[in-house]
Amino acid sequence: MALTIPQAERVKKKFVASALPWRAFLAASVCAGLLLAAAATFAAEDQNPLAGDAKAAKAGEYEFRINCALCHGLGAHGGGRGPDLTRAQKKHVHSDAEMFQIISNGIPGTVMPANGTNGQGVGMTDEEIWQIITYIRSVELKAPAKPLGSAAHGRELFYGDANCSLCHMIEGKGGRLGPELTGVAGSRTRESIIDSVRNPSRRLAWGLTEATKEFPQEYETITVVTGGGKEIKGIALNEDSFSVQMMDQNEQIYLLEKAKLRSFKKSRESMMPKFDAEILSDKDLEDIVAYLVSVGAK
Amino acid sequence: MPRRSRRIFPLLILCLACGFIAARARGQVTFERLLNSGKEPQNWLTYSGDYSGRRFSPLDQINRKNAHSLVAKWVYQTAATGKLETTPLVVDGILYATAQDDRAFALDAGTGRPIWMYQHPLPGDVRLCCGRVNRGLAILGDKVFLGTLDAHVIALDTKTGSVIWDVVAAEYQKGYSFTVAPLAVKNLVVIGVSGGEYGVRGFIDAYDAATGARQWRFNTVPGPGQPGHETWEGDSWKTGGAPAWNTGTYDAATNQVFWPTGNPSPSNRGEGRAGDNLYSDTLLALNADTGRMNWYFQFTKHDEHDWDATEVPVMLDSGGKHLIAQANRNGFFYVIDRTTGKLILANAYGKTTWSGGKDAEGRPVAQKEASPTLEGHTVCPGALGTTNFMAPAFDPQTALFYVTARDQCDIFSTAPQPYEAGHAYYGSAYFPSDDAKPYRGFLKALDPATGEIKWKFEHTSPTWSGVLATAGGLVFTGDAEGNFIALDAASGKPLWHFQMGGAVYAAPMAFAVDGKQYVAIAAGSGVYAFGLP
Repeated sequence: MALTIPQAERVKKKFVASALPWRAFLAASVCAGLLLAAAATFAAEDQNPLAGDAKAAKAGEYEFRINCALCHGLGAHGGGRGPDLTRAQKKHVHSDAEMFQIISNGIPGTVMPANGTNGQGVGMTDEEIWQIITYIRSVELKAPAKPLGSAAHGRELFYGDANCSLCHMIEGKGGRLGPELTGVAGSRTRESIIDSVRNPSRRLAWGLTEATKEFPQEYETITVVTGGGKEIKGIALNEDSFSVQMMDQNEQIYLLEKAKLRSFKKSRESMMPKFDAEILSDKDLEDIVAYLVSVGAK
Repeated sequence: MPRRSRRIFPLLILCLACGFIAARARGQVTFERLLNSGKEPQNWLTYSGDYSGRRFSPLDQINRKNAHSLVAKWVYQTAATGKLETTPLVVDGILYATAQDDRAFALDAGTGRPIWMYQHPLPGDVRLCCGRVNRGLAILGDKVFLGTLDAHVIALDTKTGSVIWDVVAAEYQKGYSFTVAPLAVKNLVVIGVSGGEYGVRGFIDAYDAATGARQWRFNTVPGPGQPGHETWEGDSWKTGGAPAWNTGTYDAATNQVFWPTGNPSPSNRGEGRAGDNLYSDTLLALNADTGRMNWYFQFTKHDEHDWDATEVPVMLDSGGKHLIAQANRNGFFYVIDRTTGKLILANAYGKTTWSGGKDAEGRPVAQKEASPTLEGHTVCPGALGTTNFMAPAFDPQTALFYVTARDQCDIFSTAPQPYEAGHAYYGSAYFPSDDAKPYRGFLKALDPATGEIKWKFEHTSPTWSGVLATAGGLVFTGDAEGNFIALDAASGKPLWHFQMGGAVYAAPMAFAVDGKQYVAIAAGSGVYAFGLP
């Protein structure tokens, strides 16, 4: 059990910590009271006190590399574990104040940890968090004034001719073999969604994360021949050295012991067919992306 | 010794030991006993089992023939969450271990029933790079010794868990912490500090086991006027890192403690600390009584990839030579003459791209292109290393060195970062390189005479588990998916496994109670003990 630090003491620590980099030039000319007041602006603001400050954005870029890029990728374009933050529309936050809260305290039920002064791990000061927010805002893509495609038509395609819903679920409707896509537009760029449709094997389930796993389910393709000679092809749900759990195209779940199989093959060639421009035109794909974005915006 | 009975000891070695131990039953753990731990194979007296660091148990009741029939005997739930890295100690039927929140506990080793539990009160603002972890205890006399995340060294009474003494080694507010299992040598408790991600100045301390008074400190970053100081640019030595967060070994013949050190700080940015940065990523040979250095061997000069050399240095003898071997995080397996510190061989045992050649001594040297850049580029191994804190094992019967290995490459990118006391000081970022997926994890068996890989067992994904070798011709390890696995030490063939339901971050150990052998490992939040039906 950790000792509880009284709230007042914790707040004081925060002030001192956030004032540190400023100390050198402030200490000479500013009295201690003013110092605390200046630092307090970082913690108490609902809006980013450093908004639009190019120097703060640069400092934030370095802080981002050190503390965030492991999951969110260089340039905030998303990594294997964390969403792309260059998207204007984010899954969990809208305002700077919300972003501050989330960076400080983490997101329960996800792998996003608390990063504030009292968080696990590195512990960033309020000032550094605002710098990071300034940086993220500086690299954010502006949302297009109106969607490039037609969401309504995209929905028709998703559940109709494009066959997406045979394997993907959105808002409780659709198949179970591929990743659930309700929130996908909140965590991935338009470009990465398009890339996943055009080249599904290039990065399996790229950018999708699950709270319960250290690394996301990768949707590798598994082909086995059982002891009885039956061939089963599907996606890996979970695997260890001695067993595999998989789902086939009929959404049947199998729990198999590897030692009892005649053969076991795992491939990073996705079961999702490659949708090239002949099968799915650029315009239709744009409509499907618009549909995904419209769902994510809810 | 009422709880032990000769009739069920099936093995000669145990029978011989029995008489010796009977006289000492439930006695204190003297330095003599630590020195001669091979004479009481039913006990596990140090982090690595004995002073050599081999993590080899002479017990052979559980062996290649019967391993398939192993069953779980008991589970102790610590209720602590996070990574449980502890290796238990067992002395005369009592098991002593720790959990990641700096609690220590004693259990009946035959049933897993608790005897006492001590919880160190931790402040909420400890500075940790990698979460709360603790790797275990040392034992000497009637005390066990715990290093804590707020940089205390604490002696607890073995019978009650009462605090006998509690000393503060360093200011945790500046990033100092202990995660290591200490090593008891003579009348001293030797312990190395963590904090390489906070710009600490690393050290190895020795405390009087009776009083807690500090007897010596070896600063792993030399100060002004000391040899090696010139390997640091300007004032960079003050925040030079070189922590010492894994347990070393002890050679009674030369009265030397061998203790490895970690990365220079900031870990992934060499700019501002030009030079070799001694004694980071180094194996130190220290006089046990004084802490004075006899020799050193630096594995990675001017490290820019966070390749701590803190892996357990294992003493082994071969061809009449007294050697020390280390499978290093940088991807090379090193064998060193432990009398002189001279390098004998250095062979890659995993995927490496950073070194383009070797120097005159045979030490792999970094090529310029391996340095992290602003844009970032891929280097193998990644920052997690080919191996890491996972304890290796050496089996004198097969003469093989067993180590957990990972093939993963990372993109290393630098980022200028000013030093601020108590604040993370990486100077960089790294991220798994997607192009290198899937990352692969292995248990590898190396021949220390040549550095060759004799066999390897591939896990489904990389594991953080250490390895135990036993005289039963077995090696034991755990995996990230929660399995505890017994393999044939000669061939690497898996013979048995048990799904424990939680990832493994700890190393296994073996002991015996009432003539029955157990193998134990921590996984998830629990400590698991296995034995024959």
